Amino acid sequence: MLSYPTVRASLLFLAIAVAGLFVADIAITTANPWRDLGQFFIGVATPNFFSTEGLLTALLRTVAFGFVGVALGSFFGFLLALVYRFLPVRIFCAFIRAIHELFWALIFLQFFGFHPLTGVLAIAIPYAGIFAKVYSEILEESDPEPSRLLPPGTSAVAAFLYARIPDCWVQIRTYTAYRLECGLRSSAILGFVGLPTLGFYLESSFSQGMYSDAGAMLILFYVLIATMPIWVRPKLLPAYLLAAPFFLGEGFPIVWGNVQRFFTEDIVPFPIRNGEGLTGLSSWLGDLMITEALPGIWNTIVLTQIALVATGLLSLLAFPLISKHFGGPVRRTSGHVLLVIARSTPEYILAYILLQLWGPSMLPAVVALALHNGGIIGHLIGRQTNTIELRPDAPTGFTRYSWELVPRVYRSFLAFLFYRWEIIMRETAILGILGIYTLGFYVDSAIQNIQFDRAMILILITASLNIGVDVLGRTIRRKLALQTMPTC
Amino acid sequence: MSGFAFNDLSASFGDKRVIGPLSLEVHPGERVALVGKSGAGKSTLIKLLYERLTQDASLVPQGLGLVNALPVFHNVFMGQLDKHPLWYNTLTLIRPFRKDRNTVARLLNELGIPEKQWVPAASLSGGQRQRVAIARALYRNAPILLADEPISALDGPMAHLVMKALTDQFSTSVVALHDVDMALAYCNRIVGIQNGQIALDQPVSELQAADIMALY
Repeated sequence: MLSYPTVRASLLFLAIAVAGLFVADIAITTANPWRDLGQFFIGVATPNFFSTEGLLTALLRTVAFGFVGVALGSFFGFLLALVYRFLPVRIFCAFIRAIHELFWALIFLQFFGFHPLTGVLAIAIPYAGIFAKVYSEILEESDPEPSRLLPPGTSAVAAFLYARIPDCWVQIRTYTAYRLECGLRSSAILGFVGLPTLGFYLESSFSQGMYSDAGAMLILFYVLIATMPIWVRPKLLPAYLLAAPFFLGEGFPIVWGNVQRFFTEDIVPFPIRNGEGLTGLSSWLGDLMITEALPGIWNTIVLTQIALVATGLLSLLAFPLISKHFGGPVRRTSGHVLLVIARSTPEYILAYILLQLWGPSMLPAVVALALHNGGIIGHLIGRQTNTIELRPDAPTGFTRYSWELVPRVYRSFLAFLFYRWEIIMRETAILGILGIYTLGFYVDSAIQNIQFDRAMILILITASLNIGVDVLGRTIRRKLALQTMPTC
Repeated sequence: MSGFAFNDLSASFGDKRVIGPLSLEVHPGERVALVGKSGAGKSTLIKLLYERLTQDASLVPQGLGLVNALPVFHNVFMGQLDKHPLWYNTLTLIRPFRKDRNTVARLLNELGIPEKQWVPAASLSGGQRQRVAIARALYRNAPILLADEPISALDGPMAHLVMKALTDQFSTSVVALHDVDMALAYCNRIVGIQNGQIALDQPVSELQAADIMALY
């Protein structure tokens, strides 16, 4: 067994995660965690759809921010995809997508305030970076033969329109629709930093212990996501796109003085603003590194590694739930419902809920990340096992699982897992806003203390960390010869 | 120019020489059939000729090179993308002009697939796809035709119809054919390829089917 590189890599990551468990803070600190959890489930089971009139507005705003953000992101992402072969463009895109939507929102909040532009840009910017990468990959894979056959002298644009775009149109459309779903999730969690989307109302009803209201919101959100194939139709899309900007709400007007101050004063490192020169700057940077950046990086990495392995274990446990090789239709349907709920709840919301119930530690974050990501990978792998035809006399039960199925899907399982490594790290960093000591915690505290210079540097460090993990993940996937399509 | 003369035509895959070095001269009015075993290098030779002729050749490659997502009309129209300004091509993508619709319809009619004009190429049968690629070459209307097994997926009468349409439009052509009788019927010069070299080069008038069979 140990001679397989995939097995060796898995065991190495498992060992790192186990070591991480020893240094991580994974306690449950609330007095009555299980009673709170029970009350929450009772709340979800007895949803109250009529308590706040704000609920429908929040739902509408969530959809509007999602649509406008994803539309702008896909438009600019497409333009960037056309020039993606240039290294500076690739670096730029890697950079803007390494910064999480919530960090972008925190940045824009400082100078645009609660203007709709804040929410729209927070989604559009990182999404443009992701769209650029995936669109360029799709375009690259189109059949080159038709372009070669065009009469010489055909303009590049005409060649592109006739011989490239039609060939990858379906893939581009499928991926964009899929990202729209991700966009709705991103839009929902923007509420946690104060924008008028679902997260805002979820947080306020939670903090007042109104679990039935929170349950109603979650159920509406699932229904919204699950019914997307019904209400997102190609013919209706132009109407949605035209209407969406009008449903973003008024917000507060932009104070342009704030914008100017932000760029010319707030984010300029304090010692330079104070005229302390390079010596002041280096001691300021040293202090920032030791007191905030390094602890943040350490906690982010530890939590990421634990969550990554937990995600892997959970997906391996979850995929039989929807695999046709086990059990009957009843169990498979309930398995599907379970995985849909796990993957359509944004990990931020899961972490928020668990954190309220169990108190601040790494445990709620690990469970939230594992549930969400494990739900996604479990779904993808389960679907893949349904394309496998087993011989009629194949073993059943656990032997079927361990001898017939896991060996066949293990490589793609690892591919998805390493693909999501960077995503898990991005989320881990952001969960700090909820009070876990990852990088997001230090970013958030710096912003609370109106030290935007520190916040910006910490965000840059977070972005570099994400880019580093992305590169590492890609190297490992290449070394192990694992291939995958993007997931969000 | 509608004939050509090329020296030093050669191509290799890695270390292995697949064709040449060889010279080929084709005069205006010559319709050359390339014959020979599969793997002899006919397709490679056609590709080499296209690389040199570019502007002057209509090509029907073996892989056809259709854009599967586009309707038949647009696949054929692609043969003249260089003749129109960008706005015209873009508009045509959305809503073709009547003049072009009629021209393409006439071509498809001639090739026996008039009802397929607005069907995506992906949903056509092998023989229909081949005729779309041929329609594109006809519509392109270059002085020389280069075709690689253009009738391999067509049955008897349809194969004759297509070969007749091609010979009517192109007075000069180089066509790879595995069907020796078709080669003798529609071409006036036979070039036999064996191991990447020209093993036979005769006017049809001086050849029997048996002479060609020696190549296989």
